[in-house]
Amino acid sequence: MRRYFDLHLQNLLGACGRLARQPFATLLTVLVIAIAMALPAGLRVLVNNAGALSAEWQSAADFTVYFKTDVPTDKARAVARQLEARDDVASIQFIDRGSALSEFRAHSGFGDALEALDGNPLPDAVVVRPASGVSGNVESLAAAIDALPETDLVQLDTQWVARLRAMLAVAGRIVDLATGLLALAVAVVVGNTIRLEINNRSTEIEVTKLVGGTDAFVRRPFLYLGFCYGLAGAVLAELLVLVTLALIGSPVHELAALYGSDFALAGLSLRETFALLGGGALLGWTGAGLATARHLRAIEPK
Amino acid sequence: MIRFENVHKRYPTGREALNGVSFNLERGEFAFITGPSGAGKSTLLRLIALIERPTRGTVLVNNQNTARLPRRKIPGFRQRLGVVFQDHKLLYDRSVFDNVALPLVIAGASRREIEKRVRAALDQVGLLGREGHPPITLSTGEQQRVGIARAVAPRPDVLIADEPTGNLDPELSREIMELFTRFNEVGVTLLIATHDLELIERMPHRRLRLVAGQLAADTSVESR
Repeated sequence: MRRYFDLHLQNLLGACGRLARQPFATLLTVLVIAIAMALPAGLRVLVNNAGALSAEWQSAADFTVYFKTDVPTDKARAVARQLEARDDVASIQFIDRGSALSEFRAHSGFGDALEALDGNPLPDAVVVRPASGVSGNVESLAAAIDALPETDLVQLDTQWVARLRAMLAVAGRIVDLATGLLALAVAVVVGNTIRLEINNRSTEIEVTKLVGGTDAFVRRPFLYLGFCYGLAGAVLAELLVLVTLALIGSPVHELAALYGSDFALAGLSLRETFALLGGGALLGWTGAGLATARHLRAIEPK
Repeated sequence: MIRFENVHKRYPTGREALNGVSFNLERGEFAFITGPSGAGKSTLLRLIALIERPTRGTVLVNNQNTARLPRRKIPGFRQRLGVVFQDHKLLYDRSVFDNVALPLVIAGASRREIEKRVRAALDQVGLLGREGHPPITLSTGEQQRVGIARAVAPRPDVLIADEPTGNLDPELSREIMELFTRFNEVGVTLLIATHDLELIERMPHRRLRLVAGQLAADTSVESR
């Protein structure tokens, strides 16, 4: 058993040594594999982050209820309190017309124009945060409030969140497909590289077979070579993703800060990292396996 | 040990390389296959090493019918057979040691066992101390001896050689033949193809003479 592991270890080290002895050719191949793997990995990170961002916007479900201007502020406040007592309402924020006016005057820059008006044109309003969040049935709650005699207008703005969600689902599916295609590309790249390697080492294969080497014995160094290519490509892909995230991380953070969020880009999770590395190694092994199955039989002792 | 029964070999090109060859080589025997080039000497050896299979007839090696051996059993069959090639078939990107060790590694021998047997084999061919050298730095005769060391390192019962002295001068050729004689003395069955009649003239061994794919003469020691 130990001898068996020895043999495999030797093959693994031999494959690594073989790659190290021709660094330029190895780098090119590994780079192609890395780019093919970094693309879906990077897109996956992007979609994951967009999903996390949209979930963070709990406030996106908030909607504003405007009361009719002829409803007195006390009455409006009472209705707002009734709303707050509802099960499907998490919280409310009442904005009376007076404070709305002074805020508008301070921030809008139309202060002078407002001076020209007789009274306060603004209605009382209440910002309602549904208990269910974005995903819940906000529309029916909004409709119920809209039906109250005191309310004038319910401004619901959740539609775009739903659309963003749908878009992210489409993007996620596209990333899945791209992952599949690029995984195939990695296997083909490794397979082709191994095919060339088999051609270069046909004498070795022939001699090994002549002195009694089994197919498994002949195949093993090539499988490990594929394994090394795949794993090295995956490691480089991981690095590419990390470097990209580091480069765009701080501008994204600044952008988020402008929107009053402390959102920060998340990288690949531990599970995704293992999936990337394991997937790379497995694809390399598979590609090499396909190439050897196809070409080793062709090299028989002559 | 090696038995041919009415063996025919026809290549896809239509060339009839062997045409009804029959002979029997006992365990521990030493025989030469002679004849002009193109007479079928190489083909005969290739049938023994299962590099090719006969078109018709039976080849028995160690009481095993090679025609009935499935593909997956060929490696194990070849591991029990020592083969020396005219063009050495060494791997030039590996040291002498690694070349000789190859069949032992394939057979799954332990590192200590490999070390021991490689040294013993190199000692037998007079190349002890050259383990670390790449084969390309050795002379043709030395390379051929590395090839022989590789063939005998796993201690096979049968050793076959195709023109092992083909590219060597008479002095080196004689040395190689003496080497084979020593192997035979410890019980190895040998079958060696050569066209160098002058070299084997004084050697008291059986000769199978092939002409145009047929056994033209089978001169055993007694009849001479």
